[in-house]
Amino acid sequence: MSRKLQFDQIRLPPTCDALRQEVRAFLAEEIAKGTFDPHRPGHGDSHDRAFSKRIGAKGWIGMTWPKEYGGHERSFLERYVVTEEFRVANAPVRSHFVADRQSGPILLKYAPEHVKADILPRICRGELCFVIGMSEPGSGSDLFAAKTKATKVDKGWRINGSKIWTSNANIADYMIALCRTSPPTNANRRHGLTQFLLDMKTRGIKVNPIYQMSGQHDFNEVVFEDAFVSDDHVLGEIDGAWKQATSELAYERSGPERFLETFYLMLELVRAIGPEPDTRSAEGLGRLVAQLHTLRRMSVSVAGMLQAGKEPVVEAAIVKDLGTIWEQKLPNRVRELTAFAPPEIANRVTLDEQLAFATTIAPKLTIQGGTTEILRGIIARGLGLR
Amino acid sequence: MVAGKRKKRPIVTNDSDHIVTESAARIFADLADPQTINRLDDGAWRAPFWLALADAGLPLAWVPEQLGGAGASLADGFAVLGVAGRFAVAVPLAETLLAGWLLTRAGVAAADGPMTIAPSRPSDRIIFHADGTLSGSAIGIPFASEAQHIAVLVHGGEGIVVALVAASDCMVGEGQTLAGDPSNIVRFERVKPLRYARAPFGLDHTALMLMGSVSRSVQTAGALESILSLSVSYANERIAFERPIGKFQAVQHNLARLAGETAAALAVSGSAANTITQSDSFDEAAFLEGASAKIRCAEAATEGSAIAHQVFGAIGFTKEHVLHRFTLRTLAWRDDFGSENYWAAELGRRVAKGGAEEFWPMVASR
Repeated sequence: MSRKLQFDQIRLPPTCDALRQEVRAFLAEEIAKGTFDPHRPGHGDSHDRAFSKRIGAKGWIGMTWPKEYGGHERSFLERYVVTEEFRVANAPVRSHFVADRQSGPILLKYAPEHVKADILPRICRGELCFVIGMSEPGSGSDLFAAKTKATKVDKGWRINGSKIWTSNANIADYMIALCRTSPPTNANRRHGLTQFLLDMKTRGIKVNPIYQMSGQHDFNEVVFEDAFVSDDHVLGEIDGAWKQATSELAYERSGPERFLETFYLMLELVRAIGPEPDTRSAEGLGRLVAQLHTLRRMSVSVAGMLQAGKEPVVEAAIVKDLGTIWEQKLPNRVRELTAFAPPEIANRVTLDEQLAFATTIAPKLTIQGGTTEILRGIIARGLGLR
Repeated sequence: MVAGKRKKRPIVTNDSDHIVTESAARIFADLADPQTINRLDDGAWRAPFWLALADAGLPLAWVPEQLGGAGASLADGFAVLGVAGRFAVAVPLAETLLAGWLLTRAGVAAADGPMTIAPSRPSDRIIFHADGTLSGSAIGIPFASEAQHIAVLVHGGEGIVVALVAASDCMVGEGQTLAGDPSNIVRFERVKPLRYARAPFGLDHTALMLMGSVSRSVQTAGALESILSLSVSYANERIAFERPIGKFQAVQHNLARLAGETAAALAVSGSAANTITQSDSFDEAAFLEGASAKIRCAEAATEGSAIAHQVFGAIGFTKEHVLHRFTLRTLAWRDDFGSENYWAAELGRRVAKGGAEEFWPMVASR
């Protein structure tokens, strides 16, 4: 084995307690105002711009970024607390979450100064929605098969092709798109891809909706027809995007959003089985609690190791593999454990509604952001098998 | 007081646990290498191994110097248990550590030589009589037939008492675990303890079960680390269909799952040990952490052992191969100090009683 698995014992620092209380108070106020209903995931507007702006005003977007770009220079563990409290409350964060989690950090690292100065403060204020332009009709897990082509022209590039399964493209301001700028070489099939920052209002970009089996619409097809992007919107090395992807992925993979997506069912389970459950329900609940606690301790540990400058790539992949499978199986576990609950329990309607919703979104959990199969390949490589 | 009979050269000190674990690993590798002892039919390796452990101060690591031990930190002791798990150590090291810890908490001096603790099952209780003797029976006591002394948590009319009992004063039955380690029913019939004292506030039956569970969890995580490492090495060496089986995606994905189970066990057992190290008050936090560790590590043992045996095929199923020393121990340890089923039901009842509103704050507090 190439190296030992490591999970440093990281506890959230005391500064996080006050922050957590502040976040809970804010969310309680928003729920009271009717901004969203924590018991009804999938209902209402999951991308509420006004809400994102209020979150930005609290300083909870771009929390770890430098102050000169509108950030707040707080720790990844503080950001962790904010992320998990928003997720547990089912708060609508789609409008800013991708920018906060991954687009902003890419811009920080690779965008030219004037682009950073323009865009990052707007992300921090909750004004911008970003999307990830990776998947294509012929390129899903196999990112390096991307065919969307960027051709060099005077002062910039012309983009032609299409991206697919692009969540939020219908509401987005910007996309970070992976495009082919050179053919792959025999020595390195990953060569020849470049990342671009695209303004979604650019002429030649067309967004077509794709409805999901849950009835929701966040998927889209994005078609590029001679869309122009200027030279200063190239992110990082031309033809060398593959080198840029790996470090950010540890952040993307190991956060609390990778096991809390169906968390609301845990609360309905507790409500459904009541304060004095039978042994079967109690044991089932206890196992789920132990599994959730374990995932969270692993995830916090990875966040702490990243904060300390380590690169827990394998550990992060493991968190996502275990976490997404757990949140995917949760609907059916809760269905089983409440199977003998009396029909007249007080939360029956909410429980049934949540089970129906969670069951229809469950399949995506182990696909988005790196499938189970891709993750296990990464883990296997870390173990020294590839 | 039995300290100082033999000149001790404790390696367990207040230095970083790195030094402690390296020294422990050296002793395990030199005198109880799993591969070597798996080939030996007799138990001749045991006596010199135990002597070396005792010389290094490991069995009484959790006993302060003034009570005859090495005075190591809880963290150091847990680190040693992790290494012991990696070597599938088959002597009562964990049991003696736990006995020393239990006795020390009540201020009772430990004894030299192998010890164990009773009870080790949640449903067993030993009763303290007004005349200072104790009665009752406890099943599944690990290594009772090899222990010279037993540290017993006893329920008396005036509260809980910790007693040190000579094993020869008890009736110790036959029995062994899946892995062939002793696991005995112990009957106490008006046994007069060698010494005893009232347990301090907070040290109760649940605290002992939690401490035992966390110790077993740490051992399980260590054993899974070895199971993973053995399995990966084998997959890289074993050729089938003209290539190492580790090149097949199906095998890679199984090993990735094994790594996931190992990672979960390491993280949750480390978290629980860390919790007890920070505060051994056995409060609500320790309950969540300790119960979760036992539940998740037992699940990891079940899943992980099955995957490893699948990777090894027939050879891993033989007595000759070392794999079973690890897999069968992790499976046996599931039942000590409360099974995953027991702890899950207990944890589930607590969460249910607290209600939905208290659930997330409890998880987030850790």
